[in-house]
Amino acid sequence: MTAASPPTATVRPGPISSIRAALGRDAWVAGLAVLVVLLLVFTRSINPNYGASGIQSLAVNVLPLAFAALAQTTVVIAGGIDLSIASMMALTNMVAATLMLGRTDDIGVAVVVGVLVLGVVIGAVNGFLIVWTRVADIIVTLAMSFVWAGFALWIAQAPVRSPHEWLSGLVNGPVLTEFLPKAFVVLAVAVTVIWIPLRLSRLGLAIYAVGSNPLAAFRSGVSVGRTKVLAYALAGLFAAIGGLALSAITGQGNPLPGGFTLASVAAVVLGGVSLAGGRGGAVGPILAVMVLSLIQTDMTFLGLNSNLATVTQGVILIAVVVLGSLTQRRRASA
Amino acid sequence: MITSRATWRNQPAIAGVARLFRDKPLIPLLILLAALVAAFAIVRPGADFPGFIAAQIRTAIPLAILAGCQTLVMLTGGIDLSVAATGSMAGFVAASLYTGPNSLLLAIGVALGFAALIGAINGLGVGVFRVHPLIMTLGLGLVILGAANAYQLQVVRTRSGVPPELRWLGSATEATFFPDSLLVFVPVAIFIIVMLRGTGFGRLLYAVGDNPIAARLSGVKSWHVLLVLYVISALLAALAGFLVSGLTNVASVTLVNPRLLPSVAAAVIGGTSIFGGRGGFAGTIVGALILTVADSLLSTLGYPEAARQVLFGSIIVAVAAFYARLTTES
Repeated sequence: MTAASPPTATVRPGPISSIRAALGRDAWVAGLAVLVVLLLVFTRSINPNYGASGIQSLAVNVLPLAFAALAQTTVVIAGGIDLSIASMMALTNMVAATLMLGRTDDIGVAVVVGVLVLGVVIGAVNGFLIVWTRVADIIVTLAMSFVWAGFALWIAQAPVRSPHEWLSGLVNGPVLTEFLPKAFVVLAVAVTVIWIPLRLSRLGLAIYAVGSNPLAAFRSGVSVGRTKVLAYALAGLFAAIGGLALSAITGQGNPLPGGFTLASVAAVVLGGVSLAGGRGGAVGPILAVMVLSLIQTDMTFLGLNSNLATVTQGVILIAVVVLGSLTQRRRASA
Repeated sequence: MITSRATWRNQPAIAGVARLFRDKPLIPLLILLAALVAAFAIVRPGADFPGFIAAQIRTAIPLAILAGCQTLVMLTGGIDLSVAATGSMAGFVAASLYTGPNSLLLAIGVALGFAALIGAINGLGVGVFRVHPLIMTLGLGLVILGAANAYQLQVVRTRSGVPPELRWLGSATEATFFPDSLLVFVPVAIFIIVMLRGTGFGRLLYAVGDNPIAARLSGVKSWHVLLVLYVISALLAALAGFLVSGLTNVASVTLVNPRLLPSVAAAVIGGTSIFGGRGGFAGTIVGALILTVADSLLSTLGYPEAARQVLFGSIIVAVAAFYARLTTES
């Protein structure tokens, strides 16, 4: 991926020069968090009934895409891109639904573990093929998106209903207070258990290093190939969690991939992760997913044509990147 | 791995073949295509062979045009994910404005006008505002889809049938073997190939993609190049959209979407590099034919959709890997 223009730093066009120096690289994430709060307040103001149940449905709605975005984040930071995320989610979702069909909860738990392993394996296959064939990431994962979706379709041609109380109970409903949906807790746990240890580990450092400058990383003793394979394996893990989230929410396995791949690219870019690699984190893309979901909700409440939400999503995506590149260029010329 | 490859390479016959393939990458592709066609002739001995060929060409032409968009854009190191939305939009707009033979030119003209506008926006975004082509075309694709959907809700009460002229162009065949869509495709193919090989603009595309900094230092205004490029890409996508709607006799705002990723795959199989500066349209045409023939061969053999998708993806990886091996060692 060349010539990317990462949307770093602040979006406000006016006092850029003064704020620019003061705010670090977390400014983007902080801005997104403020935006989420503002959107929640706005939603409440146009629809006074929006409350705990609204937040609940927001959390459940964003969960699969949030995991897709985490998967994309991992590979994009490593300097790649994964166009097979939606297909991996469909495959893991199908495998989980089929294997759990009519089984007891104990076996269900074993299936969950098995599906997570499956995610790691198929992700690693993506990474291995990229490193071994030396074909561009975008091409290999594009081709593998057909392969994984094909396997999902092989299992069954039509959606398989396989509802499980314990699985849907993991994401539906609140924890402690009614304003804290379980789905948010699941997301937070996943980030805490997987992302934070990763960032603190040698592997995390290697992923950032390979993404920002593969040659420098190689000369510093990082095994570029192995790091890439592991980054893709982690993406597979997140995609598998996303597939399980789909199982939990919909109570079924659907062999047709949803639009998660391109949406995850959009979320990653809006979340402040540079497509050039080496920059960004996990929180930004998750917040970006919430922003996109809230905008859609608001447009429904305002009685606007739901197609305008698609238009707005596209406009926001382009606008953010344009502003990001303008601020960068101004910084470069300053 | 390097040593094993070196010994493999030292055998004179294999080295000669490898060199031939590297210098003329079309040859292995044509061999693969011929093998696929021969395989069809073997598994279906008594079948209507000219009819089969005509059907393959008819199906491959819209894909080849879309892959032409990808080829041109990939030469500059980009990718155009808005071609599906643009093509569907063009087919739908043309169908919705068509009221009779007299309105055909108007309907097509308006659709092409919108396409040109889309291309200009893409070109400005990528060329002037330096938005990553993936993001720019993805974002604009969403905008087009949403706008076209809103428009569809407006016109759904009136009528929207595919103009009979487009149906004829997209799906009719003369004398059992000459698909009429060749009337569109042959000029398009000559236009693209001559543009790439014989004009300064074509050379600029390669220059911008191969080394943007060198191109800039040589005085190339790369945003001019990109602006024209994306307008051409969008107009070609609109043509492909007309042909798809004619071929399927459907006008919908998501009609071309299933051909988006295969269009990228066809360009890659044809030997165009996604990193820019290398490739051409002749290979892309063969790539589109290979994907089309492989798909219908697999369905003829009775493979289910699932197996076809798996094999489809595997073919793309295998061919792309083969190219990477050939071109990275010299």
